[in-house]
Amino acid sequence: MLQPSDITPDVRAALAGGPVPGFITARHPAEAERRFAVYRNNIAHSLREALARRFPVIRRLVGAGFFGAMAAEFIARHPPRSPVLQEWGGDFPHFLGLFAPVATLPYLGDVARIEWARGQAYHAADARPLPPERLDGSEPLRLHPSLQLLLLNHPAASIWQANQPGRDGRLRATGAETALIWRRPDFEVRVASLAPLEAGFIAALMGGRTLETATLLTDPVPMLTLLLRDGLICGAEDE
Amino acid sequence: MPLPLASGLGFKPQHFPAIRDGRPDLGFFEIHAENYMGAGGAPHAMLRAIRQDYALSIHGVGLSIGGPALDETHLARVRTLCDRYEPDSFSEHLAWSSHGAEYLNDLLPLPYTRHTLDRVCDHVDRVQEALGRRLLLENPATYVIFAQSEMPEAEFLTRIAARTGCGLLLDINNVFVSCTNHRTDPLAYLDAFPLDRVGEIHLGGHDEEDLPSGPLLIDSHGRAVAEPVWALYAALLDRSGPQPTLIEWDNDVPDWPALAAEAARAEAMIADRRHHAAAE
Repeated sequence: MLQPSDITPDVRAALAGGPVPGFITARHPAEAERRFAVYRNNIAHSLREALARRFPVIRRLVGAGFFGAMAAEFIARHPPRSPVLQEWGGDFPHFLGLFAPVATLPYLGDVARIEWARGQAYHAADARPLPPERLDGSEPLRLHPSLQLLLLNHPAASIWQANQPGRDGRLRATGAETALIWRRPDFEVRVASLAPLEAGFIAALMGGRTLETATLLTDPVPMLTLLLRDGLICGAEDE
Repeated sequence: MPLPLASGLGFKPQHFPAIRDGRPDLGFFEIHAENYMGAGGAPHAMLRAIRQDYALSIHGVGLSIGGPALDETHLARVRTLCDRYEPDSFSEHLAWSSHGAEYLNDLLPLPYTRHTLDRVCDHVDRVQEALGRRLLLENPATYVIFAQSEMPEAEFLTRIAARTGCGLLLDINNVFVSCTNHRTDPLAYLDAFPLDRVGEIHLGGHDEEDLPSGPLLIDSHGRAVAEPVWALYAALLDRSGPQPTLIEWDNDVPDWPALAAEAARAEAMIADRRHHAAAE
């Protein structure tokens, strides 16, 4: 029998659940199917674990068993496009918003956005903090590459906090929230829920407004204190 | 600089404090290239610190050297990483993992034919040219065979090394897993393997399932090295002399002392052969 010179299309189809191609065999050919299943299992298991590492709170909220089944659906529809797995999973928040079996948990997408943003912050570029004496209120500030502001329809930052290890998941917050995500100089990634005016202040700075302009919105001290303490206002030069 | 003739360990971030504070005596650390392709943050800060004190091996899993097309975008990332850390060794796998734009996240097998030999050699040439360094290519753990294969794996790797000048990474656990799975003799595999091309050894743990015809071993890197694999490693050292040897333990990673104990066992076996070599 003539065999294809490129086996990869047939093997790819078999990995996705199609029949195992006839050219895949074993010393005992009847075992080819079960042996090939090792590759299917390796891929499914490793990607499910990668997604669980990236979205631990989603896994806790829906339970490990349900998360596994949901991950399989996500993997089939949004497989990785690169060997760099930290770049994979950005579609998961959107997927959760459309996935009918979790329609009764409408906040999952927002919680997943926080978890995705945390991963982005963890791997973001390094940048040297600006020495405070060089802070210039009349120039746009360069903020740390890890800094992100998320406008959330649900109290997702509070849900995220309440579902950290050792917490019981209970929360009091309701309604929309704005989450600030950033990386500290010791590399810890933080999540905080901001009051509306604080969020407006950060959004103004991120949008290129000067400190003098942003200060017209609200008292700058609480947010400026945080930005300076955690090295989030950076010098012009890259590290 | 080749890797030192000593044992090494895969670097795991959770062990960084133990390594920083204890400065363990170890030949080298190895990292998976794909875990260090972010822009910055903790991974690079830890790797910079490790690199200052230890020899470094960068081990890639994503170039898809055994596939129809090399991932050039990914090759550029690997080059950036190698330029950044100047590792003592860069290695990849005789396997494929990309299908078009899709990444399959496993080391998939290929038939060993004249056609695939040409293709793999082209890819190895291209990687070595792009990186400006010699590549070590690793023998895979396999669970199936291909009807179209024309030559044994050891011969396939021998020809690749001869044609491209690349080195080989000999994974002793993979030899044991594949030979057990295909009911062949692992010592015969070692006899057929071009040991003069070997630049690094891998040892790792495997899982076992039962098939009607006997065991099916799975390369899981999730437990200690099995005793028969240590015995095969001893047989390899008797043939090759001391080799840079990595313990791979990537899943259910134990605490630092348990991992260091595995490395110490390999180190004792290497040191034994070093003394023999010195006495001759």
